[in-house]
Amino acid sequence: MALWLPRLSTDRLTRLIVSPDRAALAKTPLVVAGRANNALYVYALNKAAVRAGIYHGQPLANARAMIQTLKIVPADEKRDAELLEGIADWCDRFTPLVALDSPQGLLLDITGVTHLFGGEEAMLSLARAKIAAQGFAVQGAIADTCLAARALARHANGTVAPPDENARMLAPLPVAALDCNEDIMRALRRAGLKTIAQVAERGRAELASRFGGGFVTRLDVMLGRHEKPLAPRRPLPDFRAEQRFAEPVITKDVIAASLHTLATSLSGMLEREDQVLRHLEAFFFRANGKVERIAIRTGAPLRDPAVMLRLLDERLDALAGPLDPGFGFDVIRLEASLTEKNEIVTASFDDNENSRWQIAFLVDRLAARFGEHRVQRFVAQDTHIPEAQSATIPAQERDFTGTWMRRRKDDDPPLRPLRLLERPEEISAPLFMAQEGAPRRFRWRKADFHVVRAEGPERIAMEWWKKDGLTRDYFRIETDQGLRFWLYRDGLHREAGLHSRWYLQGIFA
Amino acid sequence: MNKQEKLADLRHFLNRYGLPHDRRAVPLGMTDADAVLGGGLRPGAQHEVFAQDWGASGFAACLGLRAMGKKPLFWVRTDYAALEYGALSATGFLELGGDPEKLLLLRAANNEDALSAAADILASPHMGAVVLELEGQAHVLDLSASRRLGLIAEESGVTLFVLREGADARPSAAVTRWQVRSLNARAEDDDWGSPRYLTRLTRHRLGGLGEWIMEWNPQNGNFRQEATHHGAVAAAPFDRPADASYRFA
Repeated sequence: MALWLPRLSTDRLTRLIVSPDRAALAKTPLVVAGRANNALYVYALNKAAVRAGIYHGQPLANARAMIQTLKIVPADEKRDAELLEGIADWCDRFTPLVALDSPQGLLLDITGVTHLFGGEEAMLSLARAKIAAQGFAVQGAIADTCLAARALARHANGTVAPPDENARMLAPLPVAALDCNEDIMRALRRAGLKTIAQVAERGRAELASRFGGGFVTRLDVMLGRHEKPLAPRRPLPDFRAEQRFAEPVITKDVIAASLHTLATSLSGMLEREDQVLRHLEAFFFRANGKVERIAIRTGAPLRDPAVMLRLLDERLDALAGPLDPGFGFDVIRLEASLTEKNEIVTASFDDNENSRWQIAFLVDRLAARFGEHRVQRFVAQDTHIPEAQSATIPAQERDFTGTWMRRRKDDDPPLRPLRLLERPEEISAPLFMAQEGAPRRFRWRKADFHVVRAEGPERIAMEWWKKDGLTRDYFRIETDQGLRFWLYRDGLHREAGLHSRWYLQGIFA
Repeated sequence: MNKQEKLADLRHFLNRYGLPHDRRAVPLGMTDADAVLGGGLRPGAQHEVFAQDWGASGFAACLGLRAMGKKPLFWVRTDYAALEYGALSATGFLELGGDPEKLLLLRAANNEDALSAAADILASPHMGAVVLELEGQAHVLDLSASRRLGLIAEESGVTLFVLREGADARPSAAVTRWQVRSLNARAEDDDWGSPRYLTRLTRHRLGGLGEWIMEWNPQNGNFRQEATHHGAVAAAPFDRPADASYRFA
């Protein structure tokens, strides 16, 4: 199924206006101006503007000359794209395979789902009616291939091509439906080919030599002789469970009950296939078109519906605003978007194993509530640059390991600080006599420190193959207050000259 | 002393300190301090560490290392604390004698989040210890919040250390309260030396107070005994903030 929203940009603007004025606005010519090759041209226009004789791609100055009262709004392609994404989200209710046909179209793979909506015709008119009710001009068609549906949507609105009759339905369409570039269109015109039927009759070799191989492929795909797969926006979930409501649901209890049912059925599906999920998504389709999506990643493989609900609850509680049903949700869906083979024995009598599970579950709950990046663990990195030696990664990631190398020998005191500043802070140290030693006093964060003891230098060179940064000479210093800091001089004297800078990087315990 | 008497004595001791039978006090390794604490830090309870300078987070980490045993240590801190006082470094933790693989970190956006996360983590008996690092006065941790944390810790048996930086002591449900500042290495040593802290136990619900110099021994993972001037310390006043702790730059 292809949907085309020819007036997406102007409809977006019109929708922002409150309804009494909207009718008036529909009568005034409205043009969205885009910029190409440093010139303004008509990027999109509403019906009234079309009636006034303005056309797409016309230089803006011409359009202005034709109508003095023309309303002009600069194009906002980003907003348009967002809106199209929003409509695509909404279309997820029909099928999980929705592809964007930017800038104004959507392609839906509806193989095997039409019976849920009472057949192809009913489905198409439902989709068109619902989108039109939101204030969009929409055209749509259903055909065997996406290109055919796309062409029909644009040039024969509302067509539902019966199986294997694509070619017949496409035949009367003008060659413009092939959507080729200007050169080919001109060549087609010159050749006197006006409809697709006329083009299709010609020999393939003849067409290829004249219009290029790409043209022939396109024609064949459109006529159903070649397959061209759809590129859906989101990968197909491995498992999903959804519930549709005849009457939109608003109350919390009903939503909770529905989530419970869905989690149970999803868990049943996973169990039958002996799979566990790592990525759970919940979709709430609001009756007025908005779709709320909640994604939860788990560190521990998951199948238990109670755990799923618990994680969903954590996330819903943590949302800035509570889940707003507006006029109610008409579809609620749970998807297992990433699953893996079940490899674990769920109940273990081993205490260690059990507590590992409990900790993983705790981490998942915290991550669901505060965000994955806020619950972290440390991974050793294979470098000697102090700030890069340990990386923090989401604690849910299980696949990274490193070997921790202790710096101190037995009986040594700690040689690395417990705290590292997010970035080394420059300290102001007066010029000191001993060129190679640590400063005797320095100023940091508006306080003076007197050094009574210093150990060093510990020379740490940057990684030469990365070619950034200077060699650092580290000193462990102790102030007269008993504070212990980790300072370094950035650059050797021969690299940085006499006036090398000093930084404070760490604070010892 | 025969066996019966000894058992009775032990029971009396346990009753006095109210420790469940399966929970052992966490000895710090210093005989004097352990004696005052009744064998060591009480597990499944809340302990406060008030920083008087930059060194206190090390002391909290050391206490956490003592209390965590073989279980993980969860460190909860706010983003602001990391900016202000430096981010917790796994290599530093390793050098102190800990295992970074057992260290988990929660970066909370604000104090409220940190508090609620700490309560959640504390409730899991599979944790070894939790360090909750709060910067500034942190009014979210009022007496009732503190009581709640204490009860959760009591229930799960996980020890909570509340590390307070730049804060004055307020009434709380903590079992012990420590005021900590770092000390220079011993004068007789000419090398750098292990971290040393001047620790003042200014509040103890179950016993006496004291002031000790503690030196962490990263090799054995305990505090080293050191001859100190074990002076009398006045109890923290209960009706007003204790001494305004030295706010460090």
